[in-house]
Amino acid sequence: MIAGIAVGYLLHRWKIRFIHGLILTLIWLLLFLLGLEIGANESVVSQFPKFGFQAFLLATGGTLGSVLAAWLLWLAVKNKSTEE
Amino acid sequence: MKGSLIILSFFATGLLLGIFRWLPPHFLNQNVSFYVLCGLMFSVGISIGNDPSSIRQFRNINPRILFLPLMTIVGTLLGVFAVSFCIKNRSIADCLAVGSGFGYYSLSSILITQYKGVELGTIALLSNIMREVMTLLFAPWMVKYFGKLAPISAGGATTMDTTFPIIVRNSGKDYAIVSIYQGFVVDFTVPFLVTFFCSL
Repeated sequence: MIAGIAVGYLLHRWKIRFIHGLILTLIWLLLFLLGLEIGANESVVSQFPKFGFQAFLLATGGTLGSVLAAWLLWLAVKNKSTEE
Repeated sequence: MKGSLIILSFFATGLLLGIFRWLPPHFLNQNVSFYVLCGLMFSVGISIGNDPSSIRQFRNINPRILFLPLMTIVGTLLGVFAVSFCIKNRSIADCLAVGSGFGYYSLSSILITQYKGVELGTIALLSNIMREVMTLLFAPWMVKYFGKLAPISAGGATTMDTTFPIIVRNSGKDYAIVSIYQGFVVDFTVPFLVTFFCSL
């Protein structure tokens, strides 16, 4: 990434328009590969019916909790910047 | 919404291909995803370096954002604690150990397998993969309703690698440095918190 920043900085006179399309395509490719890896992992697939629901509950609890905590911080940060 | 659906369909296609082995197996052994991730980081780097204003904006970050990793950890543990009452056959400490993976499924599942056995280790693996996938899929929605810090917090320990590009795309380039900082700090706490809750 640091190499990318350097390259991007050196090229900042030329607007690189295609880079956003490239990023999006690579994100899609990465997710496809992530799915592929998880799907091909036998222990994940075979244990899923047994523990999937518990894992889902824990993942949801953790994600929601952190999102709400981040929201509180976001509100605190935003209020401060509107006061100034 | 459309973006999430496209992402979901790519993920689901990969999942099905993997489950039914419609691809030659050697395709997986070559660390293709690692090289794709490197390419992605390089591209995000170019887009940050290419935009002079994004470098200047690094300095305008509110110092309170330094508390984000703490909010992530406390929020996650409280959320998991609340959920643990719905799961009857697991102790609260077990649930908190799983939650302390913060999406870092490889490390947390290995640690938990060592301390608590294969069963809880598998739950940690599944649960933390799900957390990563949730972050990837719902990041646009989180930004819309809970602000630009929400997907960074949801990404937990993964915000400097796998979920980084999605966060930069949805929260904006100004938050790239916040994402890396948060990923680094939370990553570091995973082994300590996981072993701590396993020892309770």
